[in-house]
Amino acid sequence: MNIPKITKIIESKREATDIKTITFHYPEEIESGQFFMVWMPDVDEIPMSVSYINGDIKGITFRKIGDATSALYKLKPGNKIGIRGPYGNGFKIQGKHILFVGGGTGVAMLAPAAEEAVKNSISSTVVIGVKNKSELFFEKRLKKCGAKVIISTDDGSVGYKGFASDAAKEILKKEKIDAVLTCGPEMMMKTLLDCCKNISFQASLERYMKCSIGICGQCCIGKGLRVCIDGPVFDGKTLKNVKDFGVYRRDSAGRKIQF
Amino acid sequence: MYLTFGVTLVDITTKIAGIRLKNPTMLASGIMDEDAGSMQRIIECDAGAIVTKSIGLNAREGYPNPTVIELNHGILNAMGLPNPGIEQYCQEIRQLKNSKTPVIGSIYGANTREFIELGKRMEDHGVSALELNLSCPHAKSYGLEVGCDPKLVQEITSSVKEKVGIPIFVKLSPNVTNIIEIAIAAEEGNADAIVAINTVKGMKIDLELGKPILSNKIGGYSGKAIKPIGIRCVYEIAKNVDIPIVGVGGVTTGEDALEYIMAGASAVQIGSGVYYRGIDIFKKVCVEIEQLMKAYGYKKLTEIIGVAHT
Ligand SMILES: Cc1cc2nc3c(=O)[nH]c(=O)nc-3n(C[C@H](O)[C@H](O)[C@H](O)COP(=O)(O)OP(=O)(O)OC[C@H]3O[C@@H](n4cnc5c(N)ncnc54)[C@H](O)[C@@H]3O)c2cc1C
Ligand SMILES: Cc1cc2nc3c(=O)[nH]c(=O)nc-3n(C[C@H](O)[C@H](O)[C@H](O)COP(=O)(O)O)c2cc1C
Ligand code: FES
Repeated sequence: MNIPKITKIIESKREATDIKTITFHYPEEIESGQFFMVWMPDVDEIPMSVSYINGDIKGITFRKIGDATSALYKLKPGNKIGIRGPYGNGFKIQGKHILFVGGGTGVAMLAPAAEEAVKNSISSTVVIGVKNKSELFFEKRLKKCGAKVIISTDDGSVGYKGFASDAAKEILKKEKIDAVLTCGPEMMMKTLLDCCKNISFQASLERYMKCSIGICGQCCIGKGLRVCIDGPVFDGKTLKNVKDFGVYRRDSAGRKIQF
Repeated sequence: MYLTFGVTLVDITTKIAGIRLKNPTMLASGIMDEDAGSMQRIIECDAGAIVTKSIGLNAREGYPNPTVIELNHGILNAMGLPNPGIEQYCQEIRQLKNSKTPVIGSIYGANTREFIELGKRMEDHGVSALELNLSCPHAKSYGLEVGCDPKLVQEITSSVKEKVGIPIFVKLSPNVTNIIEIAIAAEEGNADAIVAINTVKGMKIDLELGKPILSNKIGGYSGKAIKPIGIRCVYEIAKNVDIPIVGVGGVTTGEDALEYIMAGASAVQIGSGVYYRGIDIFKKVCVEIEQLMKAYGYKKLTEIIGVAHT
């Protein structure tokens, strides 16, 4: 069966302005890069990447941007939500020195991947790109795990002033990086892909999802690649042949929306 | 009989309303058919024909999630007919214009006028046939609400038929007291083929919350569990009408497909099977059909259509 399992919120923690992590009991195994469908009865069910993997306890980290995420934001320990999954393919964590580039909430799903890389003795550098200081989260967590952390803000309120992709380009020039793993705004990921000519590249994509089991066709990109099953992580070789990457996505009616 | 490498080949080509299919497996409406890229991928997986998502005049977002859940023996969905509207969707269909695999345009409307308008637009953009969705079980004032009234079914079918030149398939719902009556109405409205069945109305309740899981509460059940219902419907329809039938509901193997064919279907559609066996299910089912036909000594698929009636 593939239906939501009801579970209780264990903790709800504010990470930055409008950004929270909630944790819950969910024993299924999950890998970094995979996602859950999170059901708030009477509101909606939305895809959310795993941001904490701690034995039977899992967590998600999200920004409040609409109905469903606002409902999640209000939840208190003990409140019930439905979880199903894991879905999707997850990252392949390989290389000698991996550069992780997270834009906005994208860093949420990169954090467990970076932690795993460090645990496997892979040098890990993480660029956290946010608009301004008030949106910054997971800096301490990533430093603590042993990754090298570089902050970039659009307004320069902390760290490098500019886009995460610009900060990443400078690192790529200076250091010997053999893999780039990224999640964030699609234009940023597209810019990065264009700089990774000979470097292995993986990006986690977001598309509107309904079934999450690969039948409804809502999340498809390129030639019928299903972000819910064939992704959400795609490698550079695949993405180079996806015409819509960085160009458009589809809303819940299937209408094209340009980035 | 053809001989290659000493192996006897069986002929699994078929025909519906003059449209030739290289094999009898078609993609069912609403599965992997929101955009040209997805349909292209299914074509490359060797489907004999593609049916588009059901398209209306205007864009519809569909119901909020949860919209699809998988239960022990089938899949329950209440998508709510999401689609970008005919104007945008025509751009997707145009991209398939040069495809050798027939593309059938599924349309839904609230009345005859809407069906005619949609049918003409689909025809203009090059589809091989139309499938009238008179059977969606969960979209208010569309689908089943139109499709359970034989008079309306006949009226819509004949009006569309008068205005378009391509064949018209009518897709029926099992959620009616007498499916034969509706099939006869479609035939009297000059339909070129019947497609049966759409999903079976169903519901799933979560015990801990005491609530239905689907946001629309009621959904349509598909997949393995509904196969016997589909076979029975096709059998009953075949007994009562002379136009070809396309069997849908729970086809996941070659055996399932052949059961439908023997009940009277000229071809089958596959939807939920994409979940159970992956996107290459079309190829797998064709191989199984060939193996079974060889095992039972059948040479031509078209010769076993409806054998269960004799
Ligand atoms: C695989 C995947 C993993 C994700 N992981 C995270 C994460 O870790 N943290 C995070 O903050 N966000 C994540 N998102 C995005 C998150 O799903 C949306 O922010 C959320 O659905 C917004 O819902 P809403 O009702 O609050 O907003 P709404 O106002 O309903 O929508 C705002 C925007 O959110 C997107 N959205 C809404 N519903 C869906 C849906 N069913 N599927 C996909 N997108 C939708 C649409 O682009 C929409 O324009 C992820 C998305 C995907 C596809
Ligand atoms: C997710 C989903 C969406 C569907 N959307 C449509 C649709 O838009 N139009 C339609 O006529 N049938 C639709 N159907 C019904 C299928 O085309 C098919 O009739 C039904 O699922 C039974 O076949 P199956 O058991 O092979 O899935 C949908 C079914 C599913 C599972
Ligand atoms: S969400 Fe339905 S195919 Fe991916």
